[in-house]
Amino acid sequence: MRELLVGSLALSAADWGLLFTHFAMLSLLAVGGAITTAPDMQRFVVREHGWLSDAQFTGSVALAQAAPGPNVLFVAVIGFNIGGLAGVLATMLGTLVPSTLLAYGISRWGERNRQSRLLRTFTTGMAPLTLGLLAATGWILLAPTHPSWATGVLVAGTIVFMLRTAWSPLWPIAAGAVAGVMGWV
Amino acid sequence: MGRAAGVADADEPPTLRPASPRALFMAFNRLALQGFGGVIPVAQRELVERERWLSRDGFLELLSISQVLPGPNIVNLALIFGDRCFGWRGALAAIGGILSAPLLLVLVLAVAVRQLQGVPAVGDALRGMGVVAAGLVLSTAWRLAGGLRKNRLGVPLCAGFVVLTLLAVAVLRWPLAAVVLGLGSASMALAWRKLA
Repeated sequence: MRELLVGSLALSAADWGLLFTHFAMLSLLAVGGAITTAPDMQRFVVREHGWLSDAQFTGSVALAQAAPGPNVLFVAVIGFNIGGLAGVLATMLGTLVPSTLLAYGISRWGERNRQSRLLRTFTTGMAPLTLGLLAATGWILLAPTHPSWATGVLVAGTIVFMLRTAWSPLWPIAAGAVAGVMGWV
Repeated sequence: MGRAAGVADADEPPTLRPASPRALFMAFNRLALQGFGGVIPVAQRELVERERWLSRDGFLELLSISQVLPGPNIVNLALIFGDRCFGWRGALAAIGGILSAPLLLVLVLAVAVRQLQGVPAVGDALRGMGVVAAGLVLSTAWRLAGGLRKNRLGVPLCAGFVVLTLLAVAVLRWPLAAVVLGLGSASMALAWRKLA
């Protein structure tokens, strides 16, 4: 029960503060969606603090993608695996509150000023960074996997499947689960 | 025009107005539960075609604003649409609809996975699913790459910033704040000049 509420890592009060503020800071940098901040989340929770292993981090993202709902819920699973339901609160509120307040304030201004040079500068300038961050996310999610030809085939197959068919991503996710159980990747 | 702009466009087939924040909550809840690997395509189908709360153009406009703002795109979309309909109560209802049921579901899954921690097959399956998760993210990147051809920075500069961002984040492991402040301001300074 205790593990469900606060996790088994026994984080100190300072750790909770760090977890919340780091995710809150990333919230404001999440241009192009929450997933673009995944590399920095991994750097923070895996490399810097050792709260999760590489496998647990990637597993959290994979689990969220296998469930319905917005992609941002991967943040909730990461939070849960670090600190139970309290971890969910820390990471989800951190991820959602700052960006939501900012969006609430800016949206009406942005609606009227969509053609302003400032806004176009922002979207034009950030677009290549968003792409680079998505590529980095893909790279980091592969960290716990041993490089092999089967891994390459599965990644490439998923990309082609998503680009060429309108079928649900549940199919490649199921294929990935099978490939994992069979020991191919 | 005014606050209802984008909710109803004069030149489009007539759009309707959600009856209440509760109706917003239910609609966003329904579309969130249908969205595997991303909710945006389902949102378009439900809000434009089924509920007729938005025109096609209205939806695209809303989506582009949501993408510019930091934060999860679909949450921003729910926020802005809910706010336009019923102010902050509408915003809360739409965001609650998007998040509550899927959050509960994914946490139940996370608990189940934790209970099965000792079973090697579960860890193996998750590792395989993680490889696919990487592929899903990379397919989104591929789709966006097409759009960069129209970017006013030009293809060579864009490619340069993509590679530098990838190097800084994935290889050098710089903090994201440093990347956005450093590379982002350089890229935006160049964009500012090109857009003159």
